[in-house]
Amino acid sequence: MQSESTNSNVFKLENMLDVDALTKVDIETILDHSETMEEVLNRDIKKVPSLRGKTIVTLFYEPSTRTRVSFEQAGKILSADVININNKTSSNSKGESLYNTALTIQAIGADVVILRHPHSGAPYFMAKHIKTGVINAGDGTHAHPTQALLDLYTIKKKIGSIEGKKITLVGDILYSRVARSHMWGLSKLGAEITICGPATLIPNDFIKGLQNIKGHPFNKIEITSNINHALKNADIVMALRLQLERQQSGHLPSLREYSKEFGLTEKRLQSSNPGVIIMHPGPMNEGIEIESAVAHGTNSIIEEQVTSGVALRMALLNIMCSKS
Amino acid sequence: MAKKLLIYGGRIINPKTNINSRMDILVSGSKIENLAPKIQKSKDYNLLDARNYFISPGFIDIHCHLREPGEEYKETIATGAAAAAAGGFTTICAMPNTIPAIDNRSVVEFIKNKSKEEAIVDVYPIGAVTKGRKGNELTEMAELAEAGVIGFSDDGNPVADPNIMRQALAYSSSLNLPIINHCEVPELSKGAHMNESWVSTLLGIKGMPNSAEEIMVARDISLAKLTGGHIHIAHVSTEGSINLIRNAKSEGINITCEVTPHHLTLTDKSVLGANSETYDYAPVTINSYNTMAKVNPPLRSLADKNAMIAGLLDGTIDIIATDHAPHSKVDKMCTMNEAAFGISVLETALPSLISLTETSAISLPLLIDKLTVEPANFLNLDIGSIEVGKIADLTIFSATEEWKVEPNNFLSKGKNTPLEGDILKGKIKATIKKGVTIYDKDK
Repeated sequence: MQSESTNSNVFKLENMLDVDALTKVDIETILDHSETMEEVLNRDIKKVPSLRGKTIVTLFYEPSTRTRVSFEQAGKILSADVININNKTSSNSKGESLYNTALTIQAIGADVVILRHPHSGAPYFMAKHIKTGVINAGDGTHAHPTQALLDLYTIKKKIGSIEGKKITLVGDILYSRVARSHMWGLSKLGAEITICGPATLIPNDFIKGLQNIKGHPFNKIEITSNINHALKNADIVMALRLQLERQQSGHLPSLREYSKEFGLTEKRLQSSNPGVIIMHPGPMNEGIEIESAVAHGTNSIIEEQVTSGVALRMALLNIMCSKS
Repeated sequence: MAKKLLIYGGRIINPKTNINSRMDILVSGSKIENLAPKIQKSKDYNLLDARNYFISPGFIDIHCHLREPGEEYKETIATGAAAAAAGGFTTICAMPNTIPAIDNRSVVEFIKNKSKEEAIVDVYPIGAVTKGRKGNELTEMAELAEAGVIGFSDDGNPVADPNIMRQALAYSSSLNLPIINHCEVPELSKGAHMNESWVSTLLGIKGMPNSAEEIMVARDISLAKLTGGHIHIAHVSTEGSINLIRNAKSEGINITCEVTPHHLTLTDKSVLGANSETYDYAPVTINSYNTMAKVNPPLRSLADKNAMIAGLLDGTIDIIATDHAPHSKVDKMCTMNEAAFGISVLETALPSLISLTETSAISLPLLIDKLTVEPANFLNLDIGSIEVGKIADLTIFSATEEWKVEPNNFLSKGKNTPLEGDILKGKIKATIKKGVTIYDKDK
C-alpha cells in the first residue's frame, strides 16, 4: 500500500490493493513499465529472467479464467515459479480460514500472492496479517485494481493522455468492483467521469450527494440516469457487465427494459465525440448491455484490453518482486 | 459478625434523591446503614478511602449476551458476571439467544441456578418472545414470567411478523412485562454487514439502511398503541427512530428505549479503521474492514450519533444498555462478511460514556441516571439508589484516570472491541454488591 515514487523508475510497492493508494506519478510509472513489458511480449521468445527464483501464488476463491491466466502468463514470462490454488468454497461449507491459508502461503516463502475473493476487503485482511506482498485480483464488490490499470494502459496506448477527457461508465455501478477502481484511476489521471445507470444500481449516497462528506474524492463525479445525456460528447464509454441475477433481486424490472433504456447502441453513440472509444471489462452479455455491432465495431478496444492485461501484470509483478 | 464497611470521602452521585456531593457511606451486612456528610471512623470498621472517587449506585445493564448455555467458548455466566463487576455493573439481564434459547421454564431455571452458584452479580433472564426465537409461535409467556424473566425478546432477531408482535404485546400486557424488540426489517438488511452510507460504498460492503430499523420502530409504535402493550426498543441507532419514539412518547404510547455506549460514541468510520472524531472522508487502508466494529445495529453516521446524544439529553432515551456481545477470536479474525456481529462492552462502557461529558452537554449525573434509576424502574426492582436501609450495590470510579484498553486484560472472554489500544478516561475503582466488594482494581 505504501508507495513512494521518485523521479527514476525505482518505486516501491508492497501491495497492490486498490488504485486509490497510488499517486498520479505512481500510475504513470506503472503504465510506462507496462510498455516496456509489452515489448517482451512481442518477442519471438517470450521469456526474461527478471523473476527467476521468485514464487508467485494465485489464490482464487471465485471462478476466473482470464484474470488468473493473465497473471500466470505474466509470472511465467518473467521466469517466476507460479503456484495456482483454486479454493472454491460455498458459504455453507467453511474450509480452512483465510487467515490460516495466508499464514501457510507466507510460510512456504511466496513473494507475492494474487488473491481473488468474493468478500470485499479480503486482500486487505491478508496484507494486514502477512509480510508476503498481496495483489488484489478482485475482492467482492470493492475493487479490481489490475483491471482498472490495464484499461488505463489500453486507453493511453490508444489516445495518449486521459486528462480532461469525458469518460462515461454505464451500468451496474453499485455492484461493480471494476467501476470503483476505475473511478479512482480515472479521477487521479484527471478525466471527467460520468456514471450512468438506473438509480437502483447506483450507490444511494452518490445519488443523495457525496458533497456533504468533506474531502471525498468522488464529489466531482457526475451521476445521471439519462443515457443520452451521459453519452453526449463522451470520448470513452465503458459498459459494465450486468449480472443477470439483478432482475431476480428486484433491481431491474427486466433485462429487456435495461437493454432498451441503457444498452450501448450505435444510434445512441452518435451523440458522443467522433472516434469515441468503446470498452468493456468482460465477460460481455452481448445484446443486453452492449450491442454486438458496438462491441466488435471499429471503435471497440475490447480485444486490446486482454493483451494489455498481461503486460500490465508483468509490470506489477516486476515492481513488487524485484524491489523487495 | 463481619465488620462494617466505611466508604469515606467520596463524591456521591445519586440521581434518585438528587444527591451530588461529598458524603460517607456506612455499609452493614448487605445494606446501607448510614449516609452522612461525615461519619466517625472506628477501628471496628473496614475502611475504603474514596476521596478521589465518585460513588454511584451499582450500574444495571438490561441487555447482555452471556452465551451460556450453548456457546461457552464465547462467554459464560461466570465470566460475563465478572466482566460486569469490572465494568461497575451489579445487576445484568441475559438475552435469550442462547443455545437452546431461553424459551421455556427449564432454561430460565438453569440460568437462575447457575447465576446463584457462579455469578458475582445479579443475573436476570429475559425470555424469548417466540419458541426457538423463530418468530412463529409465542412462548409460554405466563410460565416464563412465573419462572422469573423480566421481559421478552427475540434479540439478535426481530419479531418480523407484525401479527405475532401484535399478539405478543397484547399477551404480555397482562403480565406487566415489556416486549423488547430488535428492530430490523430483514428484507432490507439481508446480506448487509454494516451501515449503509458513503463508507459502505467506499468499502464495497453491503449496508443496512436506516429505514430497516425505522420501519419496524414505526410498526411497533402503532402496535403498542393498538394493544396497550409495553414496547421497549432495544439499542436504538438512527435519527429517524429517535424522532418516531419522541413523537410516540408525546402521544402517551407505552414505549421505552435504550441506547448503547458505542452508538453514542462511534460512527461507521470505525469500520474504515479511521478516527471517528470527524465525519470527513478517510481512505481505505489495511486497518479498514475492521471486524471489531461490526455490530448489529451497525455503527451509523455522525448525524445518527448526534441524534442519540440529543435523545439522551431530552429524555427520549430512557436507558443506557451495553448490548455486550462477546465473541471468540476466530469469530472476528476473518473478512467482514464472515465476522460475527457484536462488541464486548461491559468493561469499557463507563469510560466511553464519560467521554460524552467532554464532547457534549451530557452530564455525569444524567449518565448515572440512565445506568441506575431508569433501568431499575424498567425492571421494577428496588435497586439503583443509595439510601439508608437500601441494598448496598455501589460503584466507585474515577472520572479522570486514564488507561489503555488492552482486551487481553478483560475478564470477559470476549476480547472483541474496536477500542483496543485507545486511551480512555474513567476507570472503575471498586464494585460492591450487597455489601461485598466483588471487584477492586487494586486487588
